[in-house]
Amino acid sequence: MTPLLLTLLAPLIGGLALALLRPLTLAGWLNLAVSALTLGGAVWLAWSVAVTGLIEGMSFRVDAFNVYLVVLTAFVGLTTSIFSRPYMRYVCSTGKLGTGSMRVYHSMYQAFMLTMLVALTTDNLGVLWVAIEGATLATVLLVSLYRTPEAVEAAWKYFILCGVGIALALFGTVLTYFAAQHAILPLSGVDGDPGAGLTWSVLYAHAAELDPTVMRIAFVFLLVGYGTKVGLVPMHQWLPDAHSEGPTPMSAVLSGLLLNVALYAVVRLKMLVDGSLAGTETPHLAGALLMGFGLVSFTVAGLFLHRQRDIKRIFSYSSIEHMGLMTFAFGLGGPLATFGALLHMLVHSLTKSAIFVTVGHATHIAGTQAIDGIRGLIRTQPAVGWSLLLGVVAIAGFPPFGVFTSEFLLLTATMQSQPWFTFALVSGLAIAFAGLFRHLHPMVYGPAPEGQLPVQANMLPVLLHLGLVLWLGLSIPDFLAIWLDRATQLITGTHLL
Amino acid sequence: MPDGLMLSAWLIALLQALLYVALAPLLIGWVRKVKARLQNRRGAPLLQPYADLRKLLIKETRVPHTASPLFRMAPYIVFVATWLAAATVPLVALDLPIARIADIIVLVGLLALARFFLALAGMDVGTAFGGMGASREMLISSLAEPAMLMAVFTLAMTAHSTSLESVMSHHLADGFVLRPSYLFALGALLLVALAECGRIPVDNPATHLELTMIHEAMLLEYSGRHLALMEWAAQVKLLLYGVLIANVFFPWGVGREFTPLALGLGLLAVLAKLALLGAALAIAEHVVAKMRLFRAPAFLNLALLLALLGLLSHVILEIGA
Amino acid sequence: MTLALLPLLQQFVLLLAALVLFLSFVLLAQARLISAIHSFAWQGALVAAVTLTVAVAGETHHLYFSAILTLALKALLIPWMLHRLTRRLGLERHTEDLHWPTLAIMAAVVLVIFSYWLVTPMVAQGLAFTRNIIAVSLAVVLIGLLMMVVRQQAVAQVLGFMSMENGLFLAAVSATAGMPLVVELGVAFDVLVAMVLFGVFFFQIRESIDSLDVDRLNRLTETADPVGANPFATTDEVSQ
Repeated sequence: MTPLLLTLLAPLIGGLALALLRPLTLAGWLNLAVSALTLGGAVWLAWSVAVTGLIEGMSFRVDAFNVYLVVLTAFVGLTTSIFSRPYMRYVCSTGKLGTGSMRVYHSMYQAFMLTMLVALTTDNLGVLWVAIEGATLATVLLVSLYRTPEAVEAAWKYFILCGVGIALALFGTVLTYFAAQHAILPLSGVDGDPGAGLTWSVLYAHAAELDPTVMRIAFVFLLVGYGTKVGLVPMHQWLPDAHSEGPTPMSAVLSGLLLNVALYAVVRLKMLVDGSLAGTETPHLAGALLMGFGLVSFTVAGLFLHRQRDIKRIFSYSSIEHMGLMTFAFGLGGPLATFGALLHMLVHSLTKSAIFVTVGHATHIAGTQAIDGIRGLIRTQPAVGWSLLLGVVAIAGFPPFGVFTSEFLLLTATMQSQPWFTFALVSGLAIAFAGLFRHLHPMVYGPAPEGQLPVQANMLPVLLHLGLVLWLGLSIPDFLAIWLDRATQLITGTHLL
Repeated sequence: MPDGLMLSAWLIALLQALLYVALAPLLIGWVRKVKARLQNRRGAPLLQPYADLRKLLIKETRVPHTASPLFRMAPYIVFVATWLAAATVPLVALDLPIARIADIIVLVGLLALARFFLALAGMDVGTAFGGMGASREMLISSLAEPAMLMAVFTLAMTAHSTSLESVMSHHLADGFVLRPSYLFALGALLLVALAECGRIPVDNPATHLELTMIHEAMLLEYSGRHLALMEWAAQVKLLLYGVLIANVFFPWGVGREFTPLALGLGLLAVLAKLALLGAALAIAEHVVAKMRLFRAPAFLNLALLLALLGLLSHVILEIGA
Repeated sequence: MTLALLPLLQQFVLLLAALVLFLSFVLLAQARLISAIHSFAWQGALVAAVTLTVAVAGETHHLYFSAILTLALKALLIPWMLHRLTRRLGLERHTEDLHWPTLAIMAAVVLVIFSYWLVTPMVAQGLAFTRNIIAVSLAVVLIGLLMMVVRQQAVAQVLGFMSMENGLFLAAVSATAGMPLVVELGVAFDVLVAMVLFGVFFFQIRESIDSLDVDRLNRLTETADPVGANPFATTDEVSQ
């Protein structure tokens, strides 16, 4: 339990301290230190899970599947906080943000990390809901941090859409509890603990006894609810706005973490529903729904990529596209697709947050987020230009980067079980690739405007992320392969390796 | 039912129908009295409406020279149709033979017939006010009628019968049951009753202001005997709605056998209920302002909504509960 | 089993639930903002009353606590906060007529029927007397959603949101006799924080568009020029 407590308490206490701390320089460093501590706890936790296989207690439950996301979350949290320290200090020095806003920013950053980690580690579906709603609440003020009309609009849209979505998810949770009360409570006689009906592990153990009719309806509500957070089309409207108007470090963690956690919730719930529906005429209903939503999101987002004029909106649509792909893969089921989806979650988070960090520097150089205004990055500041180029190459799925590996696995899995969808996937990838590169080329290579100067940029997080993605593309280390295989085994019940 | 009993049942039905016409002016007198007291006036005596009717009946009846025979026939048709409609609503006793002839739909149909001739008579003379009143009356009734039907269907669905008697006896047999659908139907019927009887806030029975009147506008050309019948019919209609609401939703006290004691108790009970209802009407008219005519559709839409919700909550909440 | 055979308290629960549904309709069609807030408060009070009555009738004692929680949060605290916000925003006399009131009401009726249709197969296999309320609670949730769609005013949208939460509370009580305590507290905390944040946003929105008509929040479209939200632009650039 100790590593888990460390992982959760670090952001909690850090967030409270940051809310009270006035000096800005110190706050940036403290934020970093807390994130580092969280990562330390997460790695320790991962080690313990690797040794014992499972950590349970106090209605938390950490297995191979979620500890992997815990480490990823803590890692991206740390690298983003490294980037955020000088970046936010610079924003502050332009006079757009006061110290009050900065305190909100830092404490909410940690509050967001806390909600993410709680959502990942909890065993209680109700707490999962509370944590994911908490993530909205923590980030919504950050989206409107700059107080421009656009930022306020984006934040309002984000708040309302996610609020509605999450309310539907709560209805689904209530229905799940309803089904559980019928199936589980009379069976095992756990009357003393009413929370058992919402405990995922108990529900999973008794999934076959859950009433399929109820679970079917519940899953639709849960999918629409948490799917809003994943950014599935057509509930994705908030995502590009919130990403483009919020501070860049926020875009990085929203894209890299929040979407993953929401998808994690959907996958956990799919496991329950699959268990419940196994004996009915529609055993793959949940998977089919995921595949449908995923494919639509994947295709639509790819098409929308072409129309964008704001650099951050491009990459938020690219996030929708990749989340769609992962949703499709989890819906497809089977060990290969699940393994690929898990790997894709990892490489997408790393690449996308690296890209957002680079984009933050790029907008800093150009003084605008408009694609038309960003020109000749590679001439003005080669490090930023190259990072953007490599990041986009990686996210578009070129070898030798890790995204290629995961997408290759996913395509193979699709080819095996649903060959007709391969065509849709390949054409979707091509469309997205074209959309990314038509915008990328002038930004990186175009003639630099007069007087465009390089800025002080810390490329360490980007290098770290892209380096890891490259490593994963060249060879997946054994420990990670075993780890992901264990997670795959948890989700699908079969080993891949 | 033996012949003797049958005969007495018919007698009681007849008596009940006569009671309707006899009691109708009393109810209106009571409402006016309470209203006057609320306004710190002494008001006219309770029996004033009887005196008014008597005065109108003995006065000379003048007919406009542009009027067609329809104008002369209308008061009789309106009065008789309203009276017949009233006779189908159990006043003091249940299990009357008339219930086997006429159900709620007949009741609504008879009221519609009366309204149709009233509107025709309003238009017949060709004055501006008559036509205006008729068109407004039709507007309101076209909205009120669906609400009324929906509300009574809600009741009928619980009792599985459209006969008012079965609805009431079903209700009595069940004892005191809180039914959401009844609550909504009651609300809908109250609103419909206010609109149909030309009470505040839809129409003001005490005014002849050109721009606002509805019911009175149609009667402007009537005098003497004809006017008396028209007024009386309106009073019977108010009593009818009052009894409908009082006896269907609160049927306790109504006589279930044909003994003088039961009938007397039934009469007392219904009088008490009507007195309460009349007082409530007076208070409501005292505190609520008449609304503009354009708002009347919204008012009646609310009635329709209530009736619809009644129907829905019956289906959702009560079936198989 | 028919309604008449249920104990009076259980009939009372159904009656209260029906009134909750009715208040959703009132909330949807209510033009005056202040009256809408009052309707919302009544709805919250009724949900609390349902919870309390279920607690008494079903002898589920932990529901007493959630009844108190609901009453404090939904009937007192949040309406009070909304009231105070409207006063500070100068919206006491604000009215907003729906464009198509009849259409909105009819849509809401359709939603009620839809909820019933959706829930019927689910509750077919016996449960406590409260099962019929699940359809009502889903309808309240969906009507709240509808209200957020048809209303343009930010405060009214928040009322729709909060009324959705009322539906969820009702669902928790009726379907499952209350969620576990920790979840219930967490949900209540989230709702409260959301309300505080909504309050902050009302002022931010008014500051940025001089109105609370969120239909005017329409700068962000797929093809709009990306001018805003740029921390590096000077003030002149932003205001272009």
